[in-house]
Amino acid sequence: MEHKKINLTLKVWRQQDANAKGKFADYKVSVSPDSSFLEMLDDINNDLEKKGMEPITFESDCREGICGTCGLVINGQPHGPIPRIATCQLHMRNFKEGDTIYVEPFRAKAFPIIKDLMVDRSAMDRIMEAGGFISVNTLSVPDGNSIPIPKEVASEAMDAASCIGCGACVAACKNASAMLFVSAKVSQFALLPQGQPERYIRVDEMVKAMDQYGFGNCSNTYACEAECPKGVSIKNIARMNRDYFMAKIK
Amino acid sequence: MGWVWKSLNSSIGKKFVMAVTGVALMLFLVIHLAGNMSLYGGKDAFNNYVGLLEHIKPFIRVIEVILGLVFAFHIFNGIRLWIQNKQARPLPYSVNGSRKNTTVFSRTAFITGSIVFIFLVIHLQSIWYVFNFSGVEEDLYTLTTDWMRVGWYAALYFVAILLLGFHLNHGFQSAFQTFGWNNSKYFPFIKKFGTFFALVITIGFGSIPVYFFLLGGK
Amino acid sequence: MAKLDSKIPAGKLEEKWTNHKFNMKLVNPANKRKYDVIVVGTGLAGASAAASLGELGYNVKAFTFHDSARRAHSIAAQGGINAAKNYRNDGDSVYRLFYDTVKGGDFRAREANVYRLAEVSNNIIDQCVGQGVPFAREYGGLLDNRSFGGALVSRTFYAKGQTGQQLLLGAYTAMNRQIKLGKVKLYTRREMLDLVVVDGAAKGIIVRNMLTGEIEKYSAHAVVLATGGYANVYFLSTSAMNCNATAIWRAHKKGAPFANPCYTQIHPTCLPIHGEGQSKLTLMSESLRNDGRIWVSKLKKDMRKPNDIPEEERDYYLERKYPTYGNLSPRDISSRAAKEAIDDGRGAQGQDAVYLDFKDAINRLGKKVIEERYGNLFEIYETITGDNPYESPMKIYPAPHYTMGGLWVDYNLMSTVQGLFVAGEANFSDHGANRLGASALMQGLADGYFIVPYTVGNYLAGDKPVMVKTDHPEFEKAKKNIEEMTAKLLSIKGNRTVDDIHKQLGRIMWNKVGMGRNEKGLKEAIEEIRKLREEFWKNVNVVGQSNDVNQCLERAGRLADYLELGELMALDALNRKESCGGHFREEYQTPEGEALRNDEEYAYVAAWEFAEAGKWNLNKEPLEFESVKLATRSYK
Ligand SMILES: Cc1cc2nc3c(=O)[nH]c(=O)nc-3n(C[C@H](O)[C@H](O)[C@H](O)COP(=O)(O)OP(=O)(O)OC[C@H]3O[C@@H](n4cnc5c(N)ncnc54)[C@H](O)[C@@H]3O)c2cc1C
Ligand code: SF4
Ligand code: FES
Repeated sequence: MEHKKINLTLKVWRQQDANAKGKFADYKVSVSPDSSFLEMLDDINNDLEKKGMEPITFESDCREGICGTCGLVINGQPHGPIPRIATCQLHMRNFKEGDTIYVEPFRAKAFPIIKDLMVDRSAMDRIMEAGGFISVNTLSVPDGNSIPIPKEVASEAMDAASCIGCGACVAACKNASAMLFVSAKVSQFALLPQGQPERYIRVDEMVKAMDQYGFGNCSNTYACEAECPKGVSIKNIARMNRDYFMAKIK
Repeated sequence: MGWVWKSLNSSIGKKFVMAVTGVALMLFLVIHLAGNMSLYGGKDAFNNYVGLLEHIKPFIRVIEVILGLVFAFHIFNGIRLWIQNKQARPLPYSVNGSRKNTTVFSRTAFITGSIVFIFLVIHLQSIWYVFNFSGVEEDLYTLTTDWMRVGWYAALYFVAILLLGFHLNHGFQSAFQTFGWNNSKYFPFIKKFGTFFALVITIGFGSIPVYFFLLGGK
Repeated sequence: MAKLDSKIPAGKLEEKWTNHKFNMKLVNPANKRKYDVIVVGTGLAGASAAASLGELGYNVKAFTFHDSARRAHSIAAQGGINAAKNYRNDGDSVYRLFYDTVKGGDFRAREANVYRLAEVSNNIIDQCVGQGVPFAREYGGLLDNRSFGGALVSRTFYAKGQTGQQLLLGAYTAMNRQIKLGKVKLYTRREMLDLVVVDGAAKGIIVRNMLTGEIEKYSAHAVVLATGGYANVYFLSTSAMNCNATAIWRAHKKGAPFANPCYTQIHPTCLPIHGEGQSKLTLMSESLRNDGRIWVSKLKKDMRKPNDIPEEERDYYLERKYPTYGNLSPRDISSRAAKEAIDDGRGAQGQDAVYLDFKDAINRLGKKVIEERYGNLFEIYETITGDNPYESPMKIYPAPHYTMGGLWVDYNLMSTVQGLFVAGEANFSDHGANRLGASALMQGLADGYFIVPYTVGNYLAGDKPVMVKTDHPEFEKAKKNIEEMTAKLLSIKGNRTVDDIHKQLGRIMWNKVGMGRNEKGLKEAIEEIRKLREEFWKNVNVVGQSNDVNQCLERAGRLADYLELGELMALDALNRKESCGGHFREEYQTPEGEALRNDEEYAYVAAWEFAEAGKWNLNKEPLEFESVKLATRSYK
């Protein structure tokens, strides 16, 4: 079932550590179109290791597009050219014989490079810690069916909640803004009845944290939505704007 | 009042300032355009209109001051955002993929805004300042249409208006998004309406140099 | 020999947990902040435990090798979570969930544990709803359910095809709340490399800071391990790339017995392998079996396109063999049936795959309904394979998915090492020889939210453990050992890459300790693994340095553990001369080819105690069944 291999030139960003100067290194590969992009990198790494050379450092875990660990900028686009998928779901059948592919890390002041293609996205967790939760204690909750939630509301909340925290929105945004990511959580809880008591404190605290970590400001270009592997909608940003305004005048 | 300042200084606050001032400027554009349309009525029509405004000069002065402030805020805030946003990505990508995920209108809002600003300065100096403060005793119609017959001025005017259209095409729907008025039912309409609005402004203002310079309008 | 005391409370099955909770010793609220608890792992089990322990007032130190707690492997669970809510009014109850789970596990789980699991299952749903988990709802606004394999009631709660994600994010946010309150301190990018035991009690851990390479020491009054399963021993599995057995394996080597290592679950609905470079296997949710029909051609070596094979030449083998459960038969049975069909030469177009067909469902319900139910799964399938499942059937193949075995724990989820608690997939406790779908999420959260927080408290109040400082000789010794091991790995500079050796181990495990096992194969496997282990320590090439980000070193350390664990799995499988659940010994089957249990001799938990490399002592915990009658598992 293996198809004919395709030959490609890869230009991969290599950078020893946060302070080092990085540059592109070239790799010529011949790869099966059924292989995934990351499997191709595995292959390069295996060859490098065989020669006793340091493999390309990149992160991935689930390889199913759900954990949000992977994330490369491929020819200028976070998670590559195909919409609605994460890097790990990108397959080589989407490239042509002879293509040159540039592979860069997510670039943002808030995401310092650790090594090669690996970046530090912990600022996103700091934002979540600032208020991205509903304060309930274990066992101090009513029956799951005690508050009916309209199906559309539940599924809108689910759409917002499907964010995988990959940071592609930040990477894609020309301003490196984290609005889509933050608004996804704010929105999920703003939509659900359980989230109402802390609705306005939450948005206030989370925006404050967001502003602290060096993300840029949203200028409504919507690159985030276009590159988000889960299709999280910019409507969530609008909802967050509105809630933030309400939080301020309340 | 500290909280107001603080809030307006947050990332969302700054957006908000951009949107509010932007909307005010769009209103101004509509009024300005309406007035300009009387240029097509010939010298008397236009000068009558100008005369009308002269009647309420003190009021106009107040409006002008407010307008100036709004402009200043819009521009100052825009520059601040631009600088901060540049800092948020110190090292840019080697391959620029923005063409694949954004529209040219939103991507270039700062550049189009800057060029419009340069034009604005020239425009204010050559017409508004000269008419109001230079002591030159020329009626506004003659002053305006003379400038429109100067090649470089007409061209600049035209290009600036075109870019203003780009700027508005982004700005109109953007303001709605910032105010949180985005829902799948009406947002597509707002986007279309924004484009329509931008077109009206562009064609409206843009037709003036075309009429006077190219078509030799009187 | 370790003494295995299961500490199952006396009394009626239904009252055990309630009574036990009542009899537990409590820590004075003012004293709680004087206790430190280490939680390793921030998946469902770990994050929920850390959140609840923090909430109770203990000082929690939570560790994960991930960059964020939200990335734990639990995030990948798709299908759903079981609970005995009986919202469908279809005859479900705590007892039925308990019974289904014991039966599904082929009567190799501890009754009391499973009953408790079923009992707290309902609290989990309430808890998650309270946290804002957007479970699927019906038009009336109430919670929706779906069916899963091995059950005749509809008791599975779900959030699109992303249930694990939503539940994990729920636990993650609960933990974040405690982080903000200062009760939980989170250490990310730290890989636990050793357990520190002083006088038979767990006192702390040794971790590698994966950014700087520094070996760090942390001490506490108690240690909770919630580090997930070990299916990656097969190299190719549905587990995330970085899942590993290192934490539990190193604890095992420090004295914690490893129970039932051979019980592994091979999931029937995964995507087939595309080629050599394959890095992991993708699961297609089992929920697909609600509407999809599984079949192969009746003819051998049938290379026709699936749509060209006429109805009468198709063998819907699950419906044929198990008319009652049909396509919803439990995982072990479905996987084995697929293997049989393929071994018989009837794989889809000659490949290692069978068909999962939605044609009938689309005809019956319409494309729109199917799209609503499975749209995102169909998309995933198409992204990966390039084929459109609305038009031609999916191809699926079984893959290693879950490990029922794990560290041995008593009713309190404590190992024989005092103060060492083990939760979630890392322990062996609730699923016996086979886990039913949607039960792992249930177990992880049950352990974390509702069991460990109580039993840890009971240990702290009862045993009054003292905390040891990190300059204690045991800490120093453990740290030194790890540093030496790291230096050793980096100094070998051999000819084979880590993945190359891992793939070879995976092939041995899959072929000989996989879906079908026999004495000859298992003995060969043990020999081969030993040789491979030797080769690893002589001929592996681990590049890079120790004081830097070094993914090669990380993988090498994990592989070193798999090379020992693999042997123990084969040994356990060899020892268990019966077939049960996920453990199928070809010598022990009924004439129809079904698993043949031997309750007389093997109704026990095999808890292996580490003696030295390649040598273990077997301890047996007999399983007593008071409430259920041991029966042959039948899904016909
Ligand atoms: C594809 C897939 C789908 C599934 N679908 C379902 C389903 O629908 N329903 C269901 O019930 N179950 C399902 N399961 C099973 C279920 O997801 C897992 O069994 C469960 O989530 C395990 O949770 P856990 O908390 O025990 O471990 P994990 O979620 O694996 O978490 C392990 C944690 O430990 C940390 N860790 C591990 N080792 C170390 C170390 N050495 N040092 C520091 N930290 C360490 C990791 O960083 C991580 O935080 C599925 C599994 C897979 C693979
Ligand atoms: S919003 Fe989308 S792009 Fe941003 S972090 Fe979430 S999933 Fe990634
Ligand atoms: S590796 Fe998990 S999303 Fe790509």
